[in-house]
Amino acid sequence: MVKLWASIRKDLLILTRDKLGLTLMFGMPIVLVLVITSIQNSTFELVNENRFTFLIVNHDNGELSDKLRESIKAMGSFRIIETYDETESGGILSLMDKNDAILALVIPETFTADLEKKSLKVTERVMFDFGVSDVPPSHVSDTVNSLKLYYTPVLQESFRHSFQSAVLSALQLVENRHTLETIYQKISNKDLPEELENQLLHNKTNIEEIPASKDGANVVLNATQHNVPAWTIFAMFFIVISLGSGIVREKVSGSFIRLKTMPTSILVSILSKQITYLFVSIAQVIVIFSIGMYLFPVVGLPKLELPNDLVGLLIVSLICGLCALSYALCVGVFSKTQEQANGFGAVSIFILAAIGGLLVPSFAMPESFRIFMILSPLYWCLESFHDLFLEGGKLANMMPNLFPLIIITLFLQVLAFFGLKKKNLI
Amino acid sequence: MSEKAVSVQNVNYRYPFQNKQCLEGINLDIIVGERFGLFGPNGAGKTTLLSLMTGLFKLQTGSISLMEHPVGNRKEINALFGYVPQEFSFYEELTATENLDFFGTLSGLRGQQLTSRITELMEILGLISSRKKRVQQFSGGMKRRVNLAIGVIHNPKILFLDEPTVGVDIQTRHQIIEFLKNLNNEGTTLVYTSHLLREAEELCNKVALIDEGKIIEHQTIEELLVSHNEVGLEGLFLKLTGKTYRDN
Repeated sequence: MVKLWASIRKDLLILTRDKLGLTLMFGMPIVLVLVITSIQNSTFELVNENRFTFLIVNHDNGELSDKLRESIKAMGSFRIIETYDETESGGILSLMDKNDAILALVIPETFTADLEKKSLKVTERVMFDFGVSDVPPSHVSDTVNSLKLYYTPVLQESFRHSFQSAVLSALQLVENRHTLETIYQKISNKDLPEELENQLLHNKTNIEEIPASKDGANVVLNATQHNVPAWTIFAMFFIVISLGSGIVREKVSGSFIRLKTMPTSILVSILSKQITYLFVSIAQVIVIFSIGMYLFPVVGLPKLELPNDLVGLLIVSLICGLCALSYALCVGVFSKTQEQANGFGAVSIFILAAIGGLLVPSFAMPESFRIFMILSPLYWCLESFHDLFLEGGKLANMMPNLFPLIIITLFLQVLAFFGLKKKNLI
Repeated sequence: MSEKAVSVQNVNYRYPFQNKQCLEGINLDIIVGERFGLFGPNGAGKTTLLSLMTGLFKLQTGSISLMEHPVGNRKEINALFGYVPQEFSFYEELTATENLDFFGTLSGLRGQQLTSRITELMEILGLISSRKKRVQQFSGGMKRRVNLAIGVIHNPKILFLDEPTVGVDIQTRHQIIEFLKNLNNEGTTLVYTSHLLREAEELCNKVALIDEGKIIEHQTIEELLVSHNEVGLEGLFLKLTGKTYRDN
């Protein structure tokens, strides 16, 4: 026990004097979690605070294009700028550029007339089908000239689809409303009463969003709840730089050989490293989670809400930490130089993070990648943390994720042991 | 009959995936209290033999014992000997005191006994004024002394030294040799390898010459020089092992 404590003390001293290692283990993840959460949060705010400029180039003089503009405006996601002539200032692209708009909708001059014709034809058809009129629908064309939606090429596909859906939804509303008005007018020779219009068009069935949490709690899903656990896992696995290169340093310097000639087991030294770095992992969890809880609200980011099952959180953190240090141990044992350990360690963690769902959500991963995904220990760590933070899971719910993580950890430990044995270090 | 500090009997050794035998039929006794030097050209098998004697490599054939304990029994033999490798095998991020404290604790020393031994070694090896400095700030000579101090912290009965003075200035070399002689006078058997044959003449009282995995001479220095009619080890070495490169 005294020898183990002496070894832990030695490892802690070396660790606290390794400024670069500490920066990589604590500084870098803190910066990452702050930057990425801020970016994701600002994207959310961008959509919700009218920060997208939407240019509407209206060539139509009718009332329906005005109604379309009002419908888009009513969505509340855009700052609308309207103009009537795209040619006067050198085309649509230059107009978008001038107005700093990411989207531009060009409404053709026949828009109102086309929609009126379409509505009339639908009305005639309805009246004929219901026997209200004996006159069959006319053969007038009901094609509406296309609206053109320009978007800046840097706009991400997900945003583009959302905006296109929003415009289609507004267009649908204008079309439906006008058709309804026409039908009402034809049947009753009166304008559609405001009360009925509101009842039909604005009294929408509400959709209540409920997170499918396991403990029934109404967990707030935001960028913080997603990012803080994810980047904490990343930080834990990034100990590969400090631990992996530390092991290589001891191998190369001959310290391991010297320890082998001492009246003690070298496993004491390996165990002390594991205890020291497990302590580091838990310290990373405490530091990064504290930043999520106390610093984030100060800088305007959503506060991190800890899960109800704190014992579960501790157990998951310990198992993730153990897996991370087992991986680092393996990298250290099998690398011949510090450069190898650092290079392979850093790149492999980025790859494992990418296929493990830290960079792209696992549900969005292509089917062919799923086999690699389940091989990444970071995936199982992330799933376990998501169980706690997003789904309100308890320890029992997490077992399907923790079990593979324990298997991977044991595999890495055994691999490291045989590596040390093969290299005649134990 | 004199007590054997190290006894090597019929040892052969071949590295995995190599056809050539590295050590062949090695028989060697080192008597307690000797200052024994093991010499030979590069690739002759010195370090391999030293690694087998210290239990770092597993024996393939034959037997080796230290103070009558077989080297396979690590728990018993590791307390008997100290090892000073050629590399700086310690933690440069730590101070000299912290290194000695760590290795001393692993060697079984505790409390006041450990503190006194650290101070004693620091004073003898001229490190006391730098005891709080990190070793990475030390000169090559100071690092050599730290390396040596760690090897002897637990007062071993046998001390294995692999090129303990390589890369140091003449003053440091002199101090280290004096220190080793004093240690020997206090009862520690020295087993030493080096390429510095003049230093060997100064330190050792018995030598073995190893070449191509075989011991070709094993006598006191005086006996060796007289029997080959040579005045120094360097001339004798070249006479017995030739002048061509040996580690191709």
